[in-house]
Amino acid sequence: MTDVLDYPATEQANKPVKPGIVDCDIHPSSSSFEEFKPFLSKRWWDHLNTYGMFVRQGFKEMLAFPRMQAEVSRLDAWPPSGGPPGSDLDFMRQQHLDPNGVEVGVLIPLRLNSGSQRNIDFGQALVGAVNDWQLEKFCRPEKRLRASIQIAPEDTPGSVAEIERRADDPHFVQILLPPRNGDPIGRERFWPIYEAAVAAKRPIALHVGGVAGHPVSGGTGWPSFYLEEHHSQVQTMQSVIISMVVEGVFERFPALKMVVIEAGFAWLPALAWRLDAQFERMRSEVPHLKRKPSEYIRDHIWFTTQPIEEPDRPDDLTRAMEWVGYDRLMFSTDYPHWDFDDPAHAIQVKLSDENRRKIFSGNAKKLFNLGQA
Amino acid sequence: MSWHVVAKVGEIEPGTSKVVTVRGRELGVFNVKGDYYALANKCPHEGASLCKGRIIGLAESDEPGHYRLTRQGELLRCPWHGWEFDIRTGQSWCDPVRTKVKAYHVKVETGEEVEKLGDKSKGPYIAETFSVSVKDNYILVDV
Ligand code: FES
Repeated sequence: MTDVLDYPATEQANKPVKPGIVDCDIHPSSSSFEEFKPFLSKRWWDHLNTYGMFVRQGFKEMLAFPRMQAEVSRLDAWPPSGGPPGSDLDFMRQQHLDPNGVEVGVLIPLRLNSGSQRNIDFGQALVGAVNDWQLEKFCRPEKRLRASIQIAPEDTPGSVAEIERRADDPHFVQILLPPRNGDPIGRERFWPIYEAAVAAKRPIALHVGGVAGHPVSGGTGWPSFYLEEHHSQVQTMQSVIISMVVEGVFERFPALKMVVIEAGFAWLPALAWRLDAQFERMRSEVPHLKRKPSEYIRDHIWFTTQPIEEPDRPDDLTRAMEWVGYDRLMFSTDYPHWDFDDPAHAIQVKLSDENRRKIFSGNAKKLFNLGQA
Repeated sequence: MSWHVVAKVGEIEPGTSKVVTVRGRELGVFNVKGDYYALANKCPHEGASLCKGRIIGLAESDEPGHYRLTRQGELLRCPWHGWEFDIRTGQSWCDPVRTKVKAYHVKVETGEEVEKLGDKSKGPYIAETFSVSVKDNYILVDV
């Protein structure tokens, strides 16, 4: 490291944390790439500035499907200090952590295209920088915040090394993989990552997004609208689950836990029913599976709530929640993004006190083994 | 309910709003083409501060590729999930029935137009409205 950014240890860092909600999806951001400079070697900083990043699409500075609002964000989330939403810790405290009673917030960094790099050494350098940056900019000054170990799974050994490097630091509560990769994520070439996750006692987490470089619509060509692209995130997550289950990852790693972030969950029962039915017919093709797909799903996968489905009949959502399991749902806001769910209003179905506690904090505390950092 | 002075005429330019607190409630007072309207500064969907949203027009389309932008300055778009409200009435309007052509957008209309067309239905949300009057160069809100 050449120089170190001086992120002030503010008073808040020492304030006692009040019990409250666990928000499983907060997006930290940066005002410029300069913020990552202290965490990149000169070699890779020069590379970034000379050659830039590989992007799997035509545009460098924007997404192929323009988002509903700039930076995918709430219009009111632009900090007065001038950076993009999520880049100013003080403003994040004022606008979100304090008023919404966040006891623990889990950071999901989407900055830098680490996972998309074809130059995998560069990808590893970016991943390392993002992970250091989360710690120094957010987690050390604000003890309510926890980090995710970002990895670039195209480089399996590099990902294992990054997981091992962070495993002793309790600030890191999960391992963040992009859902759109060069291969379906359950394939055997990724398994060392899952082995490392189990050894590190961290769940793997997949947040919607990323650019695969090919149409997201299941091979039928490019969609026309953001609305279509937005929903394709759910299709991607369904493919991720199918791949993990059918390749036998959960059979091979019975202690592996997985978090699906921002893809909803009400579609899960139908997916599991179909998988179970086909499995009965085709089990001789996949003899490595010892149990029904739905059993792996229920045992191994957790879902964050935002953006929660809003059916006309609230009971429909209740029934989906019952199927998925009240111990598998974890509240999330997606702050500062535009489809933010407000903890006071978002879940409009009746919940018992016990289930409410589980969803708003208990499940996440248990899964992430919170309370140590 | 009683009337409260919230601004001077001229203080709120057409196409802008002012956030005021009256009897502990946050309101947005809007100037729409010279007329004043007040809405609770709280989106009925999930509670966002409505006044931080953009004041917009109505985008309409009868078929892909053809768009009309009308009623510029008469609608307010929530800063979070983008529900659109008629500043005059607080009503959100949508057409969930005619899914073939219109399923990809939420339509926003005034109450009169909706009754005229007869093919729209009310959206689930109504932003709370308050009466506004102007007296001797002052704008008053009834809260
Ligand atoms: S809070 Fe206004 S549209 Fe959701």
